Amino acid sequence: MPAIEVVLYSGAIGLSIIGLTGLLLLNNVFRMLLALVILESGVNLLLILSGFRLAGVAPVILPEQLSNLSAIVMNDPVPQALVLTAIVIGVGVQALGLAMILRIKAQYGTLNMLKIREQLEFDLAVQSGVATPVSAHSPVSLASGRERQLSNHKDEQ
Amino acid sequence: MIWIVSIVVLVMLASAIAVLVLPNMIAAVAAASVVSLALAVLFALMKAPDVAMTEAAIGAGLSALLLAMGLKRLGLWQLED
Amino acid sequence: MRNIAGLLFAGGLAFLLLVLASYLPYGQTPMFLGDAILAHAPGEVHTANIVAAVLLAYRGIDTLGELSILFTAAAGVGLILGHRSLRSDSAGVNGAVNSEQHSGFITTRAVDLIMPLLMVVGFYIIFYGHVTPGGGFQGGVILATAFFLPVLVRPGTRIEHGVITLLEGLAGSGFILVGLWAMFYDQPFLQPIFDSFLGTGPLGSLWSAGSLPLLYLAVGLKVGSELAGLLVTVSEVPELSETNISDADDINRK
Repeated sequence: MPAIEVVLYSGAIGLSIIGLTGLLLLNNVFRMLLALVILESGVNLLLILSGFRLAGVAPVILPEQLSNLSAIVMNDPVPQALVLTAIVIGVGVQALGLAMILRIKAQYGTLNMLKIREQLEFDLAVQSGVATPVSAHSPVSLASGRERQLSNHKDEQ
Repeated sequence: MIWIVSIVVLVMLASAIAVLVLPNMIAAVAAASVVSLALAVLFALMKAPDVAMTEAAIGAGLSALLLAMGLKRLGLWQLED
Repeated sequence: MRNIAGLLFAGGLAFLLLVLASYLPYGQTPMFLGDAILAHAPGEVHTANIVAAVLLAYRGIDTLGELSILFTAAAGVGLILGHRSLRSDSAGVNGAVNSEQHSGFITTRAVDLIMPLLMVVGFYIIFYGHVTPGGGFQGGVILATAFFLPVLVRPGTRIEHGVITLLEGLAGSGFILVGLWAMFYDQPFLQPIFDSFLGTGPLGSLWSAGSLPLLYLAVGLKVGSELAGLLVTVSEVPELSETNISDADDINRK
């Protein structure tokens, strides 16, 4: 029975799961931001579904409804107000993530999360003075450090 | 009613998967905008006109503009391939 | 290993959510709070759009917190992207190149014609937010887009951030001042005010909702200026040209 509720709930849950899977599996930072946007959309749809009524109308009073207000079934306005603010906050969070990605690209020149993590760990090790025998400014030490960490990753896997 | 909702949900889920798997980044951003547009249609069908307006203005308009400008600044704005 | 664990987690969460959703009563929500608001809002707040009543009257402090979250996000973007090393190196070179690359005569003129119309639409949606669907958030987004379109078709122009910041501060303090004005009448903070000037119209007219249109105007200007500031800040980051990309790749290969 393909009832309308099955379609709507599977749409909302499917959207959230697709976004979550993208966040877990992808390596490109920009695509992770897109997955986060999709996850937010799915959660918003789930919230709106929780306030839906089968016979409900939109929570806006029309002039011809003024005479019999108590007979009209309306949808729940509270989840709608919550989702309204959540969407606006979502675009702010998205802009913040985009700004961080721009800084990462300017600093490291790559968008791959694994490479960014390696270089970040290497930079941290250099700044705290751990396990870097030669100067950090020479490209040889950078390459050797990166290769060493790559081999470490391979060993772990 | 159920056919409209089914088609819109199918378009939404297909473009959500397309966001994750399309190799071209411009196409991925456009697919994310399609997800928001389908979501706005769903909100309007579920009698939530305020949320539908917000989602159409922000998700399909401003967010796509922001992400496209970010693409251009990241050097990923490549039309071919 | 990480991929398999991620897929397992996502699949398990999907199964759990679907089972939970099958127990939910679809279409028959037990609205304890919503029913009370729907019953009392037309008499108490006199708004035809009940979502606006929830946003500004019943949960007004929520909206104030939401505005402060948006302000924090915009301030974070300004802090991250306002760094000197990201901006100064190509502002002279790329800016000079970009100022010659206008978007063409037709696009520029069309945007100049559309921009005031978009402004009118944005202010209409803000002012009639308590009567029809719409309001400060939607209208603010349209205002931000209308403000940003002329900047988009003229790359390389410098925008003064002072005007945007001043408008943003005025709108935010206006929201708080309207909230404090209610305390002048011995009411709680952000209570809607109805006096002989603001609250005399019948339900569904522009002057029916007391001080709520003022609050929505403040919200609209605040959201519009925040988002316009965000867009302008991101657009001032220099674009990566082809030579820059190849240089970065060379550095990576070394």
